[in-house]
Amino acid sequence: MNYDAEFLRYLYRRMVSIRLFEEKVGELFLAGELPGFVHLYIGEEAIAVGVCASLTDRDYITSTHRGHGHCLAKGAQILPMMAEIYGKKAGYCKGKGGSMHIADFTVGMLGANGVVGGGYNLAVGAALAAKMRQTGQVAVCFFGDGASNRGTFHEGINMAAAWKLPVIFVNENNQWASTTPCHTTTAIENIADRAAGYGIPGVIVDGNDAFAVYETARQAVERARQGGGPTLIEAKTYRIKGHFVGDPEMYRTKAEVQKHFDENDPLKNFAKKVTAAKWLKQADLDAIQAAVAAEVAQAVEEARRAPYPEDGELFDDLYAEGGLK
Amino acid sequence: MRKITFSEATLEAMTEEMQRDDRVFVMGEDIARQGGIFGQFKGLPQKFGTGRVLDTPISETAIAGAGVGAALAGLRPVVDMHFADFITVCMDEVVNQMAKIRYMFGGQCTIPLVLRAPDGIIRSAAAQHSQSLESWFLHVPGLKVVIPSNPADAKGLLKAAIRSDDPVLYFEHKALFPMKGPVPGGDHVVPIGKASISRAGQDVTIVSYSAMAHRALEAADKLAGQGIEAEVIDLRTISPLDKETIFTSLAKTHRLVIAHEAVKTGGVGAEIAALVAEEALDLLDAPVARLGAPYVPVPFSPSLEKLVKITADDIAGAALAICK
Repeated sequence: MNYDAEFLRYLYRRMVSIRLFEEKVGELFLAGELPGFVHLYIGEEAIAVGVCASLTDRDYITSTHRGHGHCLAKGAQILPMMAEIYGKKAGYCKGKGGSMHIADFTVGMLGANGVVGGGYNLAVGAALAAKMRQTGQVAVCFFGDGASNRGTFHEGINMAAAWKLPVIFVNENNQWASTTPCHTTTAIENIADRAAGYGIPGVIVDGNDAFAVYETARQAVERARQGGGPTLIEAKTYRIKGHFVGDPEMYRTKAEVQKHFDENDPLKNFAKKVTAAKWLKQADLDAIQAAVAAEVAQAVEEARRAPYPEDGELFDDLYAEGGLK
Repeated sequence: MRKITFSEATLEAMTEEMQRDDRVFVMGEDIARQGGIFGQFKGLPQKFGTGRVLDTPISETAIAGAGVGAALAGLRPVVDMHFADFITVCMDEVVNQMAKIRYMFGGQCTIPLVLRAPDGIIRSAAAQHSQSLESWFLHVPGLKVVIPSNPADAKGLLKAAIRSDDPVLYFEHKALFPMKGPVPGGDHVVPIGKASISRAGQDVTIVSYSAMAHRALEAADKLAGQGIEAEVIDLRTISPLDKETIFTSLAKTHRLVIAHEAVKTGGVGAEIAALVAEEALDLLDAPVARLGAPYVPVPFSPSLEKLVKITADDIAGAALAICK
């Protein structure tokens, strides 16, 4: 497979954006600058970016509580994301949503979701709308291994399969449901095996390899656009950070985490592959890294300075019509 | 004026709105092939095709959740819950998603969705098919809740709900489906948030809604026989509550009875009584009388079921007691 350099730079830029954004958010949270709590996507960048590279801005995604990566991969901008996480008016949701509820409808990002397993049916509905209107759009639902044990998994996938809806269910199996290892709550090894129960394809892919994810997603998206119905993709990965920033992580050793990161860092994997194949030079990658770092730093400065919402905005956007005060 | 049933009135509303706007569609269990368990969807698939009238799996989270997703993608779904009791199965989709998404996302989207929920006691349907759960949803900012009592309002409120850009829970009492009543022709839309005065009077205000609105009118007839003229308010919408209509009536009658089929504890009546106590206590010349089901699930046996139902005599008795 050959990729043009512009596409490769796009993939790397989005992955680096997630990595540097998340590193900065983690740092700011520990410094006490951010309200609420944050869940980082570090180590899983290849999944969101690989999948979203197979989509257009018109396609939809639904996300999770660990949603920053999905937003950035789908094309959300760094500044309004950072401002939202600060709770500022300039944020994507005017400070009403925060880290777990970022959405950007202009790029088809239908929102992160604070309820584990809350996204399946929203994606199914968006896909239903696409099918009814024959727009050719697809919807992607990202979800974790923990979420795969929600009842909504069954209801959503069954309905999508029965109606052959253009939706792709992307399981990010990072092996940890909060503090609980997946294998202790799930009897099968592969979430993808469940696809057989719905009569749809189930595909396992290395979630730390952006190229593998992209190629797998591309086929599923193509199938969905042609009317072939849903696919369940299981991207195997590992949650490098705690469940949330500040998680004491008593449930695993630092050595285990380090081993996974050393062996499977998706950014290192990517850099190694593209430089070895001479598709991109190390200098290209360094330039992208520097540009993103500057953009993140700038966003932090602006988000810090940005005003909080005013008291008078408390009730804004509760209702579209006849709002209560 | 022509008379049609409550069920036919809802069907007219659906038909007219689906003709008016091709973004409107409906899905639920047993609505296309069967036409709905109360016949309230009969004929819709023949008119609009099974692409816009969808029989779903028995999957309430998918029905409500996919409704929200379709709304986010620009459609105007009507989703049917089969029985209002089954909203409990998809509370996350209703409370955490449908109600909050617009606010939580800073107004980036609208959720023009109607959730239809046949509720209430009918023919010993027992504890899991008889509930009136409407008051739960007063407590969830972001939802609107309507609950018509007659065919004209059933049609007008359903049309308003479908045209609303906000999520609307539409409770329809199962015992009302066969009830006939006059329904205006033409584009009959009843505004959300406006109560109606179904009988004028100056001695006592009786506030009610849904099937209980009929018991309230019967009670008013009984009271008239004893020289008491009751003003009967049919709320029609319970969120947002039409305080003004209630307070205006109280300024005249100074006495308030609230009656609903739902359990009294934590019911709509409690909210109204609290509002009056906070904002209009001076208007009252007597304690508020609140009638609702006793704190018990709806029992099966007809002999027990009738014990949880509020009757016209109960309402008239309560009114008499505070008019003395």
